[in-house]
Amino acid sequence: MRANGSESRRETAAPAIELRNISKSFGAVRANRDISLAVAPGTIHGIVGENGAGKSTLMSILYGFYRADAGEIFINGEPTRIPDSNAAIKAGIGMVHQHFKLVHNFSVLENVVLGAEDGLILRSTLTRARKLLTELADEYELNVDPDAIVESLSVGHQQRVEILKALFRHADILILDEPTGVLTPAEADHLFRILRSLRDEGKTIILITHKLREIMAATDTVSVMRRGEMTATLKTSETSPEQLAELMVGRKVLLQVDKKPAVPGPAVLDVENLTIEGERGETALKNISFTVHAGEILGIAGVAGNGQSELLRALGGIEQAQGTVRINGTEIPLEGANSGADARRRNGIAHVPEDRQTLGLVMEFKAWENIAFGYHHDPSYGRTRWLLDIEAARRLTGVALKKYDVRPADPDLTAQSFSGGNQQKIVLAREIDRNPDLLIVGQPTRGVDIGAIEFIHRQVLELRDSGKAILLVSVELDEILSLSDRIAVMFDGEIIGTRNANETDEKELGLLMAGIAEVKTT
Amino acid sequence: MTVLPRWVDIALIPAINLVLAFFVSGLIVIWIGENPLIAMQVMLNGSIGSAYGWGYTLYYATNFIFTGLAVAVAFHARLFNIGGEGQAAIGGIGAALVCLHFGWPHWTLAFPAAIVGAAIFGAAWAAVPAYLQASRGSHIVITTIMFNFIASALLVYLLVNVMKAPGQMAPESRSFPAETHLPTAHEMFAWIGVSFPRSPPVNVSLLVAIAASATVWVLIWRTRLGYAIRAMGWSEPAAIYAGIRPFRIIMVTMMISGGLAGLMAINTVMGEAERLLIDSVQGAGFVGIAVALMGRSHPVGVVLAAVLFGMLYQGGVELEFEMPAVSREMIVVIQALVILFTGALENMVRAPLERIAAMFR
Repeated sequence: MRANGSESRRETAAPAIELRNISKSFGAVRANRDISLAVAPGTIHGIVGENGAGKSTLMSILYGFYRADAGEIFINGEPTRIPDSNAAIKAGIGMVHQHFKLVHNFSVLENVVLGAEDGLILRSTLTRARKLLTELADEYELNVDPDAIVESLSVGHQQRVEILKALFRHADILILDEPTGVLTPAEADHLFRILRSLRDEGKTIILITHKLREIMAATDTVSVMRRGEMTATLKTSETSPEQLAELMVGRKVLLQVDKKPAVPGPAVLDVENLTIEGERGETALKNISFTVHAGEILGIAGVAGNGQSELLRALGGIEQAQGTVRINGTEIPLEGANSGADARRRNGIAHVPEDRQTLGLVMEFKAWENIAFGYHHDPSYGRTRWLLDIEAARRLTGVALKKYDVRPADPDLTAQSFSGGNQQKIVLAREIDRNPDLLIVGQPTRGVDIGAIEFIHRQVLELRDSGKAILLVSVELDEILSLSDRIAVMFDGEIIGTRNANETDEKELGLLMAGIAEVKTT
Repeated sequence: MTVLPRWVDIALIPAINLVLAFFVSGLIVIWIGENPLIAMQVMLNGSIGSAYGWGYTLYYATNFIFTGLAVAVAFHARLFNIGGEGQAAIGGIGAALVCLHFGWPHWTLAFPAAIVGAAIFGAAWAAVPAYLQASRGSHIVITTIMFNFIASALLVYLLVNVMKAPGQMAPESRSFPAETHLPTAHEMFAWIGVSFPRSPPVNVSLLVAIAASATVWVLIWRTRLGYAIRAMGWSEPAAIYAGIRPFRIIMVTMMISGGLAGLMAINTVMGEAERLLIDSVQGAGFVGIAVALMGRSHPVGVVLAAVLFGMLYQGGVELEFEMPAVSREMIVVIQALVILFTGALENMVRAPLERIAAMFR
């Protein structure tokens, strides 16, 4: 492993972080194997890798959540032991977690000082924090109203509070774990501007992400992890997304999907004024109307939490709703006895849910039990109404697993022993193989490795080409753009705009995702 | 996380837990000044050392199979049915009504009717907490345990005011007619010309318990309903996604569970007492929880654990008789230790075993 000081003046200084031969195992799983890494001070260093490559484990070791089985950590050249996160904070390391750790009913100021108070009386700490927040706001575009209550802030602003928390604790090294998952493209650009100005002030930043585009846009150097090992460390300016993808997966991958033009047929799904009241009386879905035709993919774009989940749940028969939904011209009930998920399956709707681990699969069930899941009353699983023909189910599952390239193709393995990508393929196999009229699919490639993404996208397109209607919900704009024929953008429970995929671009969709509808209309 | 081999999970861990429980019990026996090895020998001899001992052990085991199955079935839907005690008591009313209110010509006719009666009464008693859980979200642990007290009060009321035999002091129903008396092991062995002691109360209900175990196995692992019950037990959100209705599963599962607990009455009320007594359940409903825990909610495990607890019960009675220093309460302590080690402290043994298993990989 070579050191990667990016400019000559930095080469003389000791690395801000140096890891030497770090290893960590969980039982038989070797999450980190002999990892060495040196990050020069004043740089933005990206770490990419597929799910399960060991990125999070490595950062957890650096932040004191786990202890390494072997290896050493040096901070600014000093050997440092980090047994817990307090030690990490003392060593000048700050972490911005993927899921924010904020107290929702506290003000920004209270959240920033929480756990770092000077003494029993808060006033002096709060005054100090307020002064720092004003300074940082000017210096780094990190403006947040110090007196705003956190739950009233947008996700992007909440993330800034997390960064401010770390800076208030004098962090010189900032670790950001998948920071852009919940941001609009514009918010993500703003975040990267903040990170760059922090870097120019001499802070060291580690950016963990699976989005290669962000690595290319924001980092100075990048390390690639695969199966617990650090496979390469490169200068960002000297690499390409294709090379990084190949290093992540270990083989060449197609990042672009080839797609034939759609041949839309008659309307399959017709939604009119679909509305869901949320739990606290707020409206989660507001009068949504749209149509999906046979042989077409309608993509629903939007930042997470703008009603997409509720839309999927309403169509999948998991949540009751108001309005009118027609399948092939026949109205289906949205409330009452025949509005459950079993009725939706009889209506020809297949549903690949957003969260395969809590909805789509029973993790403790074997593959054959999961392939039958939701269709366990089907006559193919036994001639009688009461008994389940296990042999038939296992045989059918064996065929389905092979057809959808699930590895290993063993019907008796439990769902939890498959990787994320293979779990998703099990869900797809089950839902697509029933030959539905309409497939509704949420986040089809979330937490799925690149190799499986390719396969899943191809399956969805094949289903479209065979004349089925597909409603695709994803927070990954790239995925929406590469698969959809038409794109509807959701914001705050409404569809704020619909565009043809070949007449729009990321910029326009990004503005729509931020709730700015008045751009141009096509 | 390491996955242990199956045999470790289902055989080795319960065995180690059992040894630990007996070891600690032995220390207690030493502490009160008796020899634990002799105590152990007395218990084994008294419970399985003779046909007589076996007769009692299996009688108790029959009760525990029914209540253990009741808890196990509910467990598969992640429902913790603590109400076996009450459901068994109410099942007794069902069995008694069937035996007393129809003129049965022969036990072979009375028996199936009593089975149905006991099961329906037990199921009905479980249906109320089930409905409260399914429609109102009232926690089933709380409601079933409260229903135990209601059941006991109801039984007292009925026996004192309604069902008491005329002209006697004890709160008991009148004795069931002779045509409803079930054949005991003594009689059944006599049919095939084998002699078996007359006094042990083990009776034909044991065969029903075995059949019930087989039926539960088929229900849980071979039917579409059992599949839905297990899916709901592992993950309710996933079950809803699959179109399984939690309301229906909670109601059906709890009624099957309550019915199984109610079936215990055919062994105690119909088979042994031959009349309805004020306390015929005697804690078997609670022992059922331990039996289901130790038996991993699997019917085979439940049967084995039920026999073990039957041995503890019968052996305990003998021990109390042979070693006056060991009181009735001591026996309860030993039973409690077995429950503690096999149920509550299961992970104490599991974690080190997983570490050992990981080393050999």
